[in-house]
Amino acid sequence: NQLIAEQSRTDELADAFDLQEELDNRDRGIQFEMHLVLIPPGRNRGAIISQYYNKTLRLRRRRQSKPQVRDFSRSSRPSIRGYGLQADTTDSEDREDRKQEQLVNNLQKMSVADRERMLREMPLSKPCFMFRVVYLQALKQRLYIRLTFIPSLQLWKVSLKKVSGRFGSGVLSYFLFLRILLFFNIFLFLVMSAFLVVPQALYPPEPPANRSSFSGLELLTGAGYFSDSLMYYGYYHNDTLKMSCKNSTQEECEAKSPSYNMPLAYFFTIGMAFFITCIILVYSMSKSFGQSFKIDKSRSALAIKTFCSWDFRVTKKSSVKLMSENISTQLKVLTNTPLKPLSQKLKRFALQFLSWIVCITVTIGCVVGIYYFSEYRHGQRCSLVGEVSLLDLPVLVSVINLLLSFLFALCLEEYTSPSVRTYVALGRNLVLKVSVLGVLCYHWLGHICWETFVGQELYRFLIVDFIFTLLDTLFGELIWRLLYDKIFKKKRKPEFNIAKNVLDLIYGQSLAWLGVLFTPLLPAVQILKLFLLFYIKMSSVMMNCQAPRKPYRVTQMTTIFITLLCFPSFLGASVCVTYTMWSIKPSESCGPFRGLDTMFQAGKRWMHQMEDQNPKLSLLTKAHLYLVENPFFLFVGAGIFLIGIYFHSQVIDGQRQIIALLQKHIKNVGHLPVCMHSSLFGLIGAPDVPFILMNLVDLLLFLRRERIKSS
Amino acid sequence: MGNKQTIFTDEQLDAYQDCTFFTRKEILRLHGRYHELAPHLVPMDYTNEPDCKLPLALIVDMPELKENPFRNRIVESFSEDGMGNLSFNEFVDMFSVLSETAPRELKAIYAFKIYDFNVDNYLCKEDLEKTLNRLTKEELTPEEVDLVCEKTIDEADLDGDNKLSYSDFENMISRAPDFLSTFHIRI
Repeated sequence: NQLIAEQSRTDELADAFDLQEELDNRDRGIQFEMHLVLIPPGRNRGAIISQYYNKTLRLRRRRQSKPQVRDFSRSSRPSIRGYGLQADTTDSEDREDRKQEQLVNNLQKMSVADRERMLREMPLSKPCFMFRVVYLQALKQRLYIRLTFIPSLQLWKVSLKKVSGRFGSGVLSYFLFLRILLFFNIFLFLVMSAFLVVPQALYPPEPPANRSSFSGLELLTGAGYFSDSLMYYGYYHNDTLKMSCKNSTQEECEAKSPSYNMPLAYFFTIGMAFFITCIILVYSMSKSFGQSFKIDKSRSALAIKTFCSWDFRVTKKSSVKLMSENISTQLKVLTNTPLKPLSQKLKRFALQFLSWIVCITVTIGCVVGIYYFSEYRHGQRCSLVGEVSLLDLPVLVSVINLLLSFLFALCLEEYTSPSVRTYVALGRNLVLKVSVLGVLCYHWLGHICWETFVGQELYRFLIVDFIFTLLDTLFGELIWRLLYDKIFKKKRKPEFNIAKNVLDLIYGQSLAWLGVLFTPLLPAVQILKLFLLFYIKMSSVMMNCQAPRKPYRVTQMTTIFITLLCFPSFLGASVCVTYTMWSIKPSESCGPFRGLDTMFQAGKRWMHQMEDQNPKLSLLTKAHLYLVENPFFLFVGAGIFLIGIYFHSQVIDGQRQIIALLQKHIKNVGHLPVCMHSSLFGLIGAPDVPFILMNLVDLLLFLRRERIKSS
Repeated sequence: MGNKQTIFTDEQLDAYQDCTFFTRKEILRLHGRYHELAPHLVPMDYTNEPDCKLPLALIVDMPELKENPFRNRIVESFSEDGMGNLSFNEFVDMFSVLSETAPRELKAIYAFKIYDFNVDNYLCKEDLEKTLNRLTKEELTPEEVDLVCEKTIDEADLDGDNKLSYSDFENMISRAPDFLSTFHIRI
């Protein structure tokens, strides 16, 4: 205040550091501003600085009730000292107005040349505005931490830090993905056990006469002792469960004992579990997509590579050395990209086309083979030798997956860009797995008590997939390292193939989601599997692998993996489950839905029962009839959704164009040695408009005026 | 709940929680790490706010920073005197900005300071050359370094003054989705 009064009296420039000290005592947030603002020698620089301060002080006080304690300057933590100091509150409004008047007076007293120089050197950015944004965002972040995820984020923290210290963010993202899947499965398991498993366990039905005894093979095949247990759909009762009455009469018993409608519970639990999982997945996918989406197509690949490629998490010396080599290779590649002649491009394109044809043909061949093999086994079901032969289909599928993924990896040589390679490899593996699963789903619907059979098959698939992952880890990583060490005598170790491993995880999770309807305890199996997998993979990576040599864009790849988890994996599973519940007749002899036409009828029957008991609920049943069962409503809903997406994409296009335009104008302004007094006076009068936008808008107006004048 | 600690008063811990992205437990753990860097210099009792600063050489010896080519610049950017002597407040602030939950804008501010070797609020060609040499551990030839610097400035400089101001830097960072995940030190 004193300083500004001085200025208006003497028209002398206050030293920026004096001003800084004064502002120091009032509000620390402006300090960084001082360092960043290019402070040219010249008159009334302090006036501009004070004006910045006042404007932001007003903005800040309007939005926040807490005193500003964050500090961005080099003296980063005297904020404890500053904590007791409050921002000026009561009579500062009057002071503000007086200050404004003084400022305006100051500026009007300046000579034209001085004003020009000062405005030219005024920075266009606005760190103070950003300050407020940052503080609000910081509040949000802290709230997020303290909400629900504190215990879950602490799991395996030390191991993850070790992995990231040695291998960087890429390999870390695999383990983080594993942890996310674990939490999904824990959630599913809790829901299932609370609503399905525990109630059924309390009222066990009589065991059938020919029940086989427990032998160790059940853990692999899921049949035998497990067939008539809580694990599978067939065990669950198809009517309301009631406590058995021994002491009281029949009527009293029925009146008093709690009842549990098992078919309804089954139907609604599965529906709710899938619905909540869908919401969580879509939310995390959109969040991660928002982080990695770039509105402006990247023109500054080299600059980004220079400033953002160093992974600060890596702490091991050899990994750091590798990373330096990586970065220098990438920089060299980016600076020397020679133009390819047309003939070479055509040749490359032809090779890519050929490799795609080969891969798709092989995929179709294998899928057809699996289909015929499963038909043949179905025909032979009566004369099965032993239970171990139940495993042959899962083993065949896993072997095909493994061999074909090697084949696809070999066909990748004609793609030069590493990111394109990863996408192509992912795409091919995805096509294979989706088609195999699709064929199997189609085939499984022809058995007696087919639900239990399907549940058993999926259990077997899950177990065999786990065994094959272990074998792959063993041979892919351990044996290769021993080979390199002893036979080839090279210093290199095998690399951890992140994309392939994540795809395996997604495949396992799709199996789990498919099987949840038929095997309520499958999430428990998946939890065990993921737990074991974490420790095995962690030790294997630490012992056998080296940090990746190729660049790996963590954020983009994480977004892709979550998208893959949501779209083919979860969507496919939920479509299958929905189709099963909606249209397929449940088997007559087992399960909670025997006797009904579709599983969905359990819900409908309950609605009718409720309506009979309580006629006032007819509105609810009518709503159910017209909204849920009528496909027209779904069509309209989907149509509205698509229109919304279209509008949003148009908005993004428009924003892209605006950004390009503004960037051009900024470039032009940088070369103009002309004054811009209109912008300064525009600022003083409009406190609510963000500073930078105002600047740019004024810029545009000014330039247009200049162009008109010059033309 | 938990054992009553006597290192900080409750008000101090609350203030730390408000000013950083750490919880109480993490702040106490950070104090432990700070203390073990120099047990004879750092007091165990911070209730009366002792004025104790650790020199640069001790801080850059931490395992999280030891192999980082920018470790000196990181510590200097967070120190008040610019020489790298950190008090506990500055130490906590450093790891708070580098933690996972710090927002992008905050990290961009400090990344700019770190890469600005001559502390003139611009990333000029010399700053870029030094950055590149530390990134690649002098594997690029001087011509290649020159070429990369020129191309970088060409790509990122918006106002045409042949050096990168903070707004150019921030604009470029906003287009790099990996920045948040790479500019992160876990402690």
